[in-house]
Amino acid sequence: MARLNVNGKPLEYSADEGTPLLWVLREQLGLTGTKYGCGVAQCGACTVHIDGVAVRSCAMPAAAVKATQKITTIEGLSPNGSHPIQKAWQALDVPQCGFCQSGMIMAATALLKDKPNPTDKDIDDAMTNICRCGTYNRVRAAIHVAAKEMAAAKSGGKMHSKAELGKTSLNIEHVEGAKA
Amino acid sequence: MNSPTRKSASTAAGAPARVSRRNFLKQSAGATGGLVLGFHLPLMGQQALAQGAAAATMPPEINAWVVIQPDDRVVIRIARSEMGQGTLTGLAQLVAEELECDWAKVTTEYPTPGQNLKRERVWGDFSTGGSRGIRQSHDYVRKGGAAARMALMQAAADGWKVPVAECSVSKGVITHGPSKRSTTYGKVAVAASRLPQPKDVTLKPAKDWKIAGKRIARLDTVDKTTGKQVYGMDLKLPGMLNAAMTDCPIFGGKVKSFDEATVMKRPGVKKVVRVGDSGVAVIADTWWRAKTALDALKVEWDPGPNAKASSEAFAEVLNEALESTDAVIGNDVGNAVSAIDNAARRIEAVYSYPHQNHACMEVMNATVKWTPERCEVWAPTQNGEAALAATAEAAGLKPAQCEVYKIHLGGGFGRRGGTDYVRKAVLIAKEMPGVPIKMLWSREEDMAQGRFHPVTQCKLVAGLDDKGEIAGLHMRIAGQSILATVNPQMIRDGKDPVVFQGLNPPGPEASIGYTFPALRVDHAMRNPSVPAGFWRGVNLNQNTIYLECFIDEIAHATQQDPLALRRKLMAKSPKHLAVLNAVAAKIGYDKPAPAGVFRGIAQTMGFGSYVAAIAEVSVGKGGELTIHRIVAGTDCGNAVNPQQIEAQVEGSFVYGLSAALYQECTVKDGRIEQTNFHNYPSLKMAQMPKVETVLVPSGDFWGGVGEPTIAVAAPAVLNAIFAATGKRIRNLPLKDQLSKA
Repeated sequence: MARLNVNGKPLEYSADEGTPLLWVLREQLGLTGTKYGCGVAQCGACTVHIDGVAVRSCAMPAAAVKATQKITTIEGLSPNGSHPIQKAWQALDVPQCGFCQSGMIMAATALLKDKPNPTDKDIDDAMTNICRCGTYNRVRAAIHVAAKEMAAAKSGGKMHSKAELGKTSLNIEHVEGAKA
Repeated sequence: MNSPTRKSASTAAGAPARVSRRNFLKQSAGATGGLVLGFHLPLMGQQALAQGAAAATMPPEINAWVVIQPDDRVVIRIARSEMGQGTLTGLAQLVAEELECDWAKVTTEYPTPGQNLKRERVWGDFSTGGSRGIRQSHDYVRKGGAAARMALMQAAADGWKVPVAECSVSKGVITHGPSKRSTTYGKVAVAASRLPQPKDVTLKPAKDWKIAGKRIARLDTVDKTTGKQVYGMDLKLPGMLNAAMTDCPIFGGKVKSFDEATVMKRPGVKKVVRVGDSGVAVIADTWWRAKTALDALKVEWDPGPNAKASSEAFAEVLNEALESTDAVIGNDVGNAVSAIDNAARRIEAVYSYPHQNHACMEVMNATVKWTPERCEVWAPTQNGEAALAATAEAAGLKPAQCEVYKIHLGGGFGRRGGTDYVRKAVLIAKEMPGVPIKMLWSREEDMAQGRFHPVTQCKLVAGLDDKGEIAGLHMRIAGQSILATVNPQMIRDGKDPVVFQGLNPPGPEASIGYTFPALRVDHAMRNPSVPAGFWRGVNLNQNTIYLECFIDEIAHATQQDPLALRRKLMAKSPKHLAVLNAVAAKIGYDKPAPAGVFRGIAQTMGFGSYVAAIAEVSVGKGGELTIHRIVAGTDCGNAVNPQQIEAQVEGSFVYGLSAALYQECTVKDGRIEQTNFHNYPSLKMAQMPKVETVLVPSGDFWGGVGEPTIAVAAPAVLNAIFAATGKRIRNLPLKDQLSKA
C-alpha cells in the first residue's frame, strides 16, 4: 500500500504504477469533487494543492507525491464551504454548471496565498482554468471580494455576510433556506 | 435538490401520485470507502405503501408541480434539465410566485422521464434546448403554482367553514380576515391534496411579481463550491464497474477486429466488448484501468466509405453549391435576382463557418444497470424523454421497463440533447447483466465523437441603386443541415427550416430585422460525413456573422456609418431597433471610442429574443487582438431573474468568442484532427473582455436567454477588427489571420 496525506488525514491506497493523482483521489479515495476535464493539464478542472501550491492532478503521478506532502482537495478547503473564497463564490453566484469550479476555487485560493491583493493581471496570469459556461467575469469579481474579506479578517476589520457581499457586488438577493 | 426519501399521497382524483424519489445520496466517508451512493428507487416507495405506510403521513402532492411537507417546506418539481443556465431557479421562481409560498422554504426535485410517461406527460416536455426552458413552460408551471395555491386556500376555508373569498395568503400563511385565524400550507396540505384541481386559473401580471423578476440567488450554488455537487461522472453504485470506449474515428466505419487477449491479463480488466458494430469498450474495476487497457488494445477498423473525407473536400463541395440551382428558399421578398441584375452597383462576398465541438467540461458519460427485465440509466441529459426512448430501444425492452434518472450536467450546450452516448452505455451494460456500469469517455473520445456545429458557406450579393441604397440582397447558404443528422423526418421537400434562423420573415421567431426592397435567402443542402448537432446558438451563429458582417461591408462600401445604415434598414422592426439603440446609448456611440480603440456592431433575433452588441477592440502591430469591452443588449420580453440573465449573456460571449477566435474541427482521412484543449482552445480569463449587459425587457412576450447573444459576439468583434485594421475576416475562426500579412 502506498500512502498520501489528503485533507489532513494520512491515507493508504493501492493503484497501478503511473496512475495519476486525480484518479487515486477520485477512484481510490472517493474524493470526486476534483474533476477530470482533459487529462493533459490543459483545463485545470483537476486542480488541487500540494503543500499549498496549485497542481493539476491529472498529469501528476500519485507515486510522485510523498506521504509527507500535504494534499488539499476542494473537500478539504473548509469543513462547510465557509472559506472566504467559497463564501465569495456563493455570494456572487459564480458557478453556472459548476463542473470547473472546484479547480477554479483551488487555483484562486493558491493565488491569494501568494498574492493577497492580486491585480487583474495577476488574476489573468494565475487563473488559466477553462470554463465553457463562461463565468470568468464573476470569478474575477469574486477573487477581489475574497481578497478584501481576507485582508479585513487579518487586520481585524469588518467582515461581511454572504448576503451583504452579494448585495453590494452584483445586487444579488440571498434568501437563507432556499435550496435546490 | 431535495434529498431525503419522501413519499407522496394519492391525489383525490385517484391518479397515481407516486413520483420517483429523488435519488438518495449517502456519503460514506472513510479512508478508502469513498463516495458511495445508494439509490432509493421508485419501487422503494411502492414497497413502503404495500407495507401499510399511511398515506396521510406522506408529504402530499398538491398537484404535479407542488408538494408541501408538514414543516411547510415546499418542493417544486422541475421538468427541464439544469446545466448551468439557471432554469431550475427560474422555473421555481415562477411556480413560487403564483403559489405565494415562502421562498426560504423552497426546494426542488426532478420528476423522472418514466414517471412522465406513466402520468401521460403531466410535466410536459422535458427537452432542454433552444433556450426553451422558461419561454415554453412559463404558462403551465405558473398555472401549476396558482392551482396549488387555490387548492390550499380552499382547504383552509373548508376547515374554517368560511368562504374562500374571505381568506388571503402571504408566504405560505393563510389568514381568514374577519376572524383573524391563520394556518400554514403545511397544515392544510393533506386536505388540499384531496380537492379537485381548480379549472379557472388566473395568472398575475408581471408588475405584481414578488419572487419572479427579482435578482434572487440561484438555488444550486453552494454544493458547486464545496465539491458536493454530484455529476454523472461522479456516480458510484454498489458493485459498479467502469467502462472506457472508442468508436470508429472514421464516421461510418466499423470494427473489423480487436485483440482482447492482449489486455485481459491487465489488472482489474473484466471484459472487452463490442459496442454495436462500430465501437469497442473495456470494462474494468476502475476507469483508469479501463482507459489504459483500451489504449493498449489493438483495434482494426473497417474504415467504410468515408476513409478519404477531408475538410478541404467538403469546402469544395460547399463552394460549388454556392452557385447550384437546387437551393430551397427560406425567405423571398420581391424579385431579388432581377433587382440585383438591374442594379447600378453590385457588392458580393463569400463567408465560411467550420465544424466545431461543444467541448462540455464534463465529457459524455452514462451509468447503466441492465437485466433482461429492466434497464435503469443515470445520465446527465438535456432530453430525459429521448434518453428513455433510446434506452428502451438499445435495451431491447419496453419503455415501461426502463427508467432514466437525470443527473446534474457538467455543461450541455446542445451536445447532451443527443442520445448517442446513452445508447452506447446501454449496449455496454447489456454485456454484463445485473452489473451497474459507468461508461465515461476520454476527452479524446469526446472530441472525436462529437455532434458537430454544422459546416456552411454563404455567398452574399447586394445590388445597390445609383444612390447607394440597397435594391436587393441574395444570401445563398450552402452546407450542412442539422436536422439531416438529428431528425431527418422533419425535412420536407428538401427544406430544413432551422437553417434560416435569424433570416426568417417577420414573426415571433428568429426573424430578420432589416427591410429590403427585394430579398432572397436560399439553401443548397450538402451533408458531409461528419454528424451535425444542435450547438449552443445553432444556425443563428453563422447566419448572424454572414448578414451582420456583410451589412458592415455595405456600410463601408457606401460610406455610411454602420449604425446609421442599420437604423435606416430597421425602421419597420421596432423591437430589433430598440435593443440596438439601447446598446449604442450605453457604449456612448455618439462619442468616439478611446484612441486606438475601434467599434463593431451586430444585432439579430433568435430563440424568441432580440439582441445586439457593440464591441470595442484594438489590434497591435503584430496583429494582437485585444477585446476591451462589449456592451450586449437583450429584450427577452419577460425577465425572470435578471442577475442570471446577465450571467448567461456574459457566458455566451465566452462560448461565442471561443468559437470566433479559435475553434475549428478539421477532418483528415475521415477523422477529426483535434483531440483535446491544446489543439481546440477555449477562451480563458486573460482574453475575457468586460461584458456589460443591458436588459430591456419589453414585457409582452417570453424569449430565451441562453443562446441568442452568442450570435452577436463574433460579428461585433469581426466588424470592430475591420474598423481597426481594414482587414475583413470572412473565414471563421480568426486564428492567426491578423498576424499574417
